[in-house]
Amino acid sequence: MAEEKKLFKVKIDNITVEVEPGTTILNAARTIGGEVVPPAMCYYSKLQGSGGKCRTCLVKVTKGSEADPRPMPKLVASCRTTVMDGMEVANITSPEVLDARKGVVEFLLINHPLDCPVCDQAGECDLQDLSYEHGVSGTRYEFKRRTFEKEDIGEHIKLHMTRCILCYRCVFTADQLTNKRHHGILKRGDASEISTYMRASLDHTNFIGNVIDVCPVGALTDRTARFKNRVWFLKPVDAHRECSDPKCCGKVALWMRGDEIFRVTARKDKYGEVEGFICDTCRFEKKDIKDWIVEGPRKISRHSVITAGHYVGVHKPQETVMKVMDGRSPRLLMDIHSVSEVNMPQVDLSQIEGPAHSTDFPTKKGDQ
Amino acid sequence: MGRKLLLDKAHIEGIRYFDVYRKNGGYAAAEKALKSMSPDQVTEEVKKSGLRGRGGAGFPTGLKWSFLAKPEGVPRYLVCNADESEPGTFKDRYLMEFLPHLLIEGLLISSYALGANTTYIYIRGEYAWIPDILEAAIAEAHKNGFLGKNILGTGFDLEIYVQRGAGAYICGEETALIESLEGKRGNPRIKPPFPAVKGLYQCPTVVNNVETLAAIVPIINIGGDEYVKYGTGKSTGTKLISACGNLNKPGVYEIEMNISVEEFIYSDEYCGGIPNGKRLKACIPGGSSVPIVPANLLLTTAKGEKRMMTYESLNDGGFATGTMMGSGGFIVLDEDQCVVRHTLSLARFYHHESCGQCSPCREGTGWMEKVLKNIEHGKGKMSDIDLLWDIQRKIEGNTICPLGDAAAWPVAAAIRHFRDEFEWHVLNPDEAQRRNFGLAHYADPLPVAAAV
Repeated sequence: MAEEKKLFKVKIDNITVEVEPGTTILNAARTIGGEVVPPAMCYYSKLQGSGGKCRTCLVKVTKGSEADPRPMPKLVASCRTTVMDGMEVANITSPEVLDARKGVVEFLLINHPLDCPVCDQAGECDLQDLSYEHGVSGTRYEFKRRTFEKEDIGEHIKLHMTRCILCYRCVFTADQLTNKRHHGILKRGDASEISTYMRASLDHTNFIGNVIDVCPVGALTDRTARFKNRVWFLKPVDAHRECSDPKCCGKVALWMRGDEIFRVTARKDKYGEVEGFICDTCRFEKKDIKDWIVEGPRKISRHSVITAGHYVGVHKPQETVMKVMDGRSPRLLMDIHSVSEVNMPQVDLSQIEGPAHSTDFPTKKGDQ
Repeated sequence: MGRKLLLDKAHIEGIRYFDVYRKNGGYAAAEKALKSMSPDQVTEEVKKSGLRGRGGAGFPTGLKWSFLAKPEGVPRYLVCNADESEPGTFKDRYLMEFLPHLLIEGLLISSYALGANTTYIYIRGEYAWIPDILEAAIAEAHKNGFLGKNILGTGFDLEIYVQRGAGAYICGEETALIESLEGKRGNPRIKPPFPAVKGLYQCPTVVNNVETLAAIVPIINIGGDEYVKYGTGKSTGTKLISACGNLNKPGVYEIEMNISVEEFIYSDEYCGGIPNGKRLKACIPGGSSVPIVPANLLLTTAKGEKRMMTYESLNDGGFATGTMMGSGGFIVLDEDQCVVRHTLSLARFYHHESCGQCSPCREGTGWMEKVLKNIEHGKGKMSDIDLLWDIQRKIEGNTICPLGDAAAWPVAAAIRHFRDEFEWHVLNPDEAQRRNFGLAHYADPLPVAAAV
């Protein structure tokens, strides 16, 4: 009985949930799940002190608590505001919140290059998801976007600062996972950038690779996997190995095509957060399937673009043409292969190693 | 002649030095507080005085002190916020330059009341010569037994350190100031926890403005009950106003908060009117971040009453027709000034000073500056004015610290009151490069309909 009394009752979008004191509104919403969970670009539950910066998780507190029912005067960052007993929160039920969130997404995008077609993060990018959900299709920004030089920070990590949304997650990761942090924020305002002082390399520790996983956008990418393939062409597979580093959890997701491992990442949950951090040896050096014990295919939400082309258990719509045409088959007016040299019937994309290339489609000239 | 509490002895030759200051009744308040009052009595006296924070927000100082957490075995800190970087505000500079001992005496009494044995003065880096003045004064106070160990035989120890900032406006925000003082990047912290619970080095901390701390001295000298008799209503005591812009006599004035705005601008005792017979167009009465108001709303409130130099009267009508007392940076614009250009220079300032931590302020301030630059230089569109309004609306209230609000309010107020001038800039781009919009109707008497 005594333990039950300790729980706080919180109402988020008219759904009541009981949580421990000290829980943030965001985490309380995550216990409910679904659409009432505010999006978070900078908050990362595994990193202490993260959150409060991107302002996408703003919510309206319509009732402060049972003891003090006054509403909070401003929208609050749900990732850093702890719940009170009897608190009532409006997230998607408040037009004010949705309007503010739309504004934040617009602010995040005005200086973002929107180079998704050539960005390695595309398909698993938090900012992409956020702007699909809350952004608008056009922009009102008519000025030059800020740009930075691409930078190699260390042997394995590429920093593409132009894409960065300054969530500070990588700074916290380096602070809390590695023994010494060598990078941080330089300058201020919209000129501020993630950088290493004097372009120092980040290869001093075995855990720095995790900054790639925590990055919500494509600002930090894996140099061993850059431009090798698009994530939606790869099949994520759960695997593990006995890692000699005691801090490494050893449980990873392999991004494979055929037997080739293109990329090794930590396993991410539905909020884009890793389940356990992995070491750089596992991430960058174990690219052979023999190093790993494969557990099975990784479950990906069917709303994700990564599931495109994964046909496991999919029921395709039935062929209706025959029905409509009283059993007759349609007349073929033209065979595309008679005029086109690409998409050859004898070439099967899943048989090709790596991304498809023009040499994979031999032209008549090439055949001779 | 208005009564003075802070600057009444500022004219005395050599008041900067300990001997002269002491001879003119200096450190009497410190002696009174330390020898005959308990810390709680000092706090009670400050509460009674109704003193409100002079840094801009106007939060009651006594209340702020009483919020300070007092756990056992944890040091408490008092930090003096001398990072006065608001454009138009230069009152603290005057205090520190000419009356350093007044500040030190105020710090001594406040530290005693709060139980802080270490006190920091965080001064902006651009005031390059003032830390030397303060440090010399601190050394003098040390020599004469008003600082150091066992002050006046009461067993109370206090050390005051002066720390220079590195030139960031944001470090005037109390949590950013604390971060900077700790040697970190001056990013505001996310509140809660508030500094009164976890401030400097995770210990309870009170951050107060220079003028607030200096005002503690007359409060102890004359008593809180007597202090309330200065000023009007909840705006008790005197306030330093740093007047600048198109004025005959710009400068730092100590006013008792019972005079009208009109008297402050036009009387010979204060600013002495506007030079060259020009007329008043607009005014920012409290430093760059408070809303600008046109002349007609500055001199009378929307209700038709005379506007006074008090926290309440300046705020009368909210942001729709009022403004704020702020930090007392009184900027006056005459009929030759261009509000668009003026707003652009403020937007540029806030863009430059944004710390870049949270997205609305980092991206929005730069955007506003670019749009305003277009309008000012004859490349604007009518839709840009609505765009500006929308940007400021989405910055305001959605940021970690008040810098976002401070950047949004001037733009909002300029569009709210001077929209016709913005439209004229857009519609007459060539003419707008050659001449200013002029006074227009901003100084006309208010229409009756607006007085509802």
